[in-house]
Amino acid sequence: MDALKTGLRSLPELFDLQLELKKKREQRENYLAVCGDTGCTAWGSEQVKDLFARCLEEKGLSQSTGLKFTGCLGLCECGPVVIVFPQGIFYQKVKTEDIEEIVEQTLLQGKVVERLLYQDPLSGAKIVHAEEIPFYRKQQRVLLANNWKIDPSSIEDYLALGGYGALGRVLGQMSSEQVIGEIKASRLRGRGGAGFPAGLKWEECSGMPAKQKYIICNADEGDPGAFMDRSLLEGNPHSVLEGLIIGGFAVGASEGIIYIRAEYPTAVQKVRLAIAQAEELGLLGENILGSRFSFKVSVSVGAGAFVCGETSALVESVHGRVGEPRQKPPHLAERGYNNCPTVINNVETLANIPYIINMGAEAYSRIGSGKSGGTKIFSLVGKVHHTGLVEVPLGMPLRKIIFEIGGGIKGGKAFKAVQTGGPSGGCLPASMLDLPTDFDELNAAGSMMGSGGMIVMDEETCMVDLARYFLKFLNDESCGCCFTCREGLSRMLEMVEAITKGQSSMAEFALLKELAAVVRDSTMCGLGQTGANPVLSTIRYFTEEYRAHIEERRCPAGVCRDLISFHINSELCNGCGACRRKCPAGAITGEAKMPHFIRAELCTKCGICLESCPIQAVIKL
Amino acid sequence: MVNFKLNGLEVAVEKGTTLLEAARFYGIEIPTLCYDAGLSPYGACRLCLVEVGEPGKSRLVTSCTYPAREGLQVRTHSQWVVNTRKLIIELYLATCPSSKTIQDLASRYHVTGVRFRQKHEDCILCGLCIRYCSEQMQAKAIGFINRGEKRRISTPFERKAEECRFCGGCMYICPACQARCQGPEEKEAVCNACLNLSPPCLDRFNDAMCYLDPCVACEQGRKE
Ligand SMILES: Cc1cc2nc3c(=O)[nH]c(=O)nc-3n(C[C@H](O)[C@H](O)[C@H](O)COP(=O)(O)O)c2cc1C
Ligand code: SF4
Ligand code: SF4
Ligand code: SF4
Ligand code: FES
Repeated sequence: MDALKTGLRSLPELFDLQLELKKKREQRENYLAVCGDTGCTAWGSEQVKDLFARCLEEKGLSQSTGLKFTGCLGLCECGPVVIVFPQGIFYQKVKTEDIEEIVEQTLLQGKVVERLLYQDPLSGAKIVHAEEIPFYRKQQRVLLANNWKIDPSSIEDYLALGGYGALGRVLGQMSSEQVIGEIKASRLRGRGGAGFPAGLKWEECSGMPAKQKYIICNADEGDPGAFMDRSLLEGNPHSVLEGLIIGGFAVGASEGIIYIRAEYPTAVQKVRLAIAQAEELGLLGENILGSRFSFKVSVSVGAGAFVCGETSALVESVHGRVGEPRQKPPHLAERGYNNCPTVINNVETLANIPYIINMGAEAYSRIGSGKSGGTKIFSLVGKVHHTGLVEVPLGMPLRKIIFEIGGGIKGGKAFKAVQTGGPSGGCLPASMLDLPTDFDELNAAGSMMGSGGMIVMDEETCMVDLARYFLKFLNDESCGCCFTCREGLSRMLEMVEAITKGQSSMAEFALLKELAAVVRDSTMCGLGQTGANPVLSTIRYFTEEYRAHIEERRCPAGVCRDLISFHINSELCNGCGACRRKCPAGAITGEAKMPHFIRAELCTKCGICLESCPIQAVIKL
Repeated sequence: MVNFKLNGLEVAVEKGTTLLEAARFYGIEIPTLCYDAGLSPYGACRLCLVEVGEPGKSRLVTSCTYPAREGLQVRTHSQWVVNTRKLIIELYLATCPSSKTIQDLASRYHVTGVRFRQKHEDCILCGLCIRYCSEQMQAKAIGFINRGEKRRISTPFERKAEECRFCGGCMYICPACQARCQGPEEKEAVCNACLNLSPPCLDRFNDAMCYLDPCVACEQGRKE
């Protein structure tokens, strides 16, 4: 293990070290994985981990049993999640008072603690092993697989699982053309939004005659509700770093930059640590592993504007200027950071690279049934039973993700729509559920892959209100340079708001559609060009709902406050007064044991009376 | 030299020429609001849109920033371009009707009404004044602050700018400050008193048939 101190000077040294660490790991295969990602930390997993450490110490187990505070384990709503290895026993909602029992029963006696097991919401059966839980079983976890096995602050963990082996292979046996050829053959498409073929992007930049080139990892991740990139950086930062170094080699860059938003302090810290560890081992710096390739990586922290995820705005932001897109051409491959050719790749795109090199382009491209190879991580949220990060082969139908992995709609409600692609994506109705999740298929259906947000909505969601929500986000986040984006989105928002208030007309509705098309066609960057998607896609699939708002002044989902009203059915009401006491506006009157009434002029339509009536006498119209 | 197709015509311009410069050189009018020959192009007003690329795979780009490329197909007056342009002008009228420049544009492109809620802004954020101040006066006394809807022009730290050289150039170049003439339709937001151009050929051919200014057919088309 001297290499850990002296650094690696050649390929054989790297492979020797990997082997040694692997052996050491095999000797101690008992360990506990406590999820240390955001969701579980919010549930209190940090205390759980500390108490485990203390308990293992007390019982004299700290030598034989490892304890890893890992990245996201996936089932965020069951947090804190603890998995006991080597058996893979999955415990959910673990509290500090459960810890002694787990140590006593499972670690010492090999028994399972029944009450902490996961229960399948459909069959009601208790499930012992993590890989048998439908949520995991139906996934194909490639990028996230190692999250269970790795302590993100340990480079040894990564090396023991063969980490940096791909980099070794690339530097020892491949030319940059071969690497690019391999990535092209794998059919990997960018995971950041546009889905541009990664191999082509690298080829274009590598063909540019320039002394200095850069490669930037885009970890801006500004979509509300998305956290795939953060989980990769926090759970397995070395895999992203390895991909970035290989990318640097392929395009001929001597410097890499990881651009992370300031709202991700843990990711920033983990990535900085990973860079320092890699530098110490000689995996970054001059003549890496004895080759002629030298590469350094720095972190750039962005102030967190959605538009800074757009490549040219990102470059401006890295320069320290206002993050505003600029007109292309010239493209970044010609003139990017410091006016040098620059490649920008998304975190997940880069995390795929080591796997492609390791398993071979051919095997990788066979994953998935769609036109592009590999897996995609989605952040599945909304009204499904299981929310969290799911990794599936590209091309898996939406239905399978939502109903088999996500466990279907909560509370026995009906599915209404799924929104994919982040704020500028689109909403797809039930009739599109068999659509494969593929870049081109989603685009053709009026939505997009985006970075992988997936929000599931039930029958109680108003699609007009939803369009309003996303428009508001985009309107706030537009940089404001293009007249049609700035003024266009703000007028669209105004018009959609009027619809939710029942103050619109079919003529205005037609104008809204006309304006949306102009905003899409006439703006400079992706934000404006896709900014009309929430409106266009909901109009495409839910025109009837718009009509109901406009012509009948009625919100079918009962969401838009100006279009709903609350009433008390005087035949049912027994005058218990529960609603009267709860109503925050004091809008309910009535004598005890007599039917009550709601005074419409005072009612704020909060809906509290509806929930408080023990006999369901309050009705929403 | 770069050879490309402009409205079906084979043309050649020097490398680095933008589509707007090329079109103007060949006598084809493209409206602009944020362009000035003496300043760097910025691409903010979106009026100078043209259609580039093969039919079926074409898209709209701002001609003031797009460099001419070998073999490119460019259409400056297709139906798509003209209709988009007209809606943009309508949106300008709905935002800043007091500007003569915008009123003239509306007349010229036959925008006769405003379907949006009428606002009365005094700046369209074209950025001409900022570029004038920094590129011609080297003063940088004004700049943009905030983003999106809240974007506006201001001085550094929103204090009286020491850097200002009182040249008045920013006011001279501003397309929004030139007040309209208060002509016949004084009370209306849209005045449409000046030249009106609405090519009737567009409806039938999906392209303008001539680039004369004014075009006789257009004039007659309008009278009927
Ligand atoms: C408004 C806007 C926001 C974006 N935000 C992100 C982001 O947060 N993360 C990201 O990786 N890509 C983002 N993108 C996409 C990037 O512009 C770019 O396509 C991507 O980083 C390229 O990497 P890839 O080829 O690996 O996907 C955004 C694009 C736009 C227009
Ligand atoms: S489209 Fe919107 S966000 Fe993009 S450059 Fe134009 S104004 Fe800025
Ligand atoms: S809670 Fe129900 S029953 Fe009681 S007063 Fe209100 S509406 Fe009537
Ligand atoms: S003040 Fe005038 S020149 Fe300056 S940005 Fe506004 S409209 Fe343009
Ligand atoms: S003149 Fe080209 S965008 Fe304004």
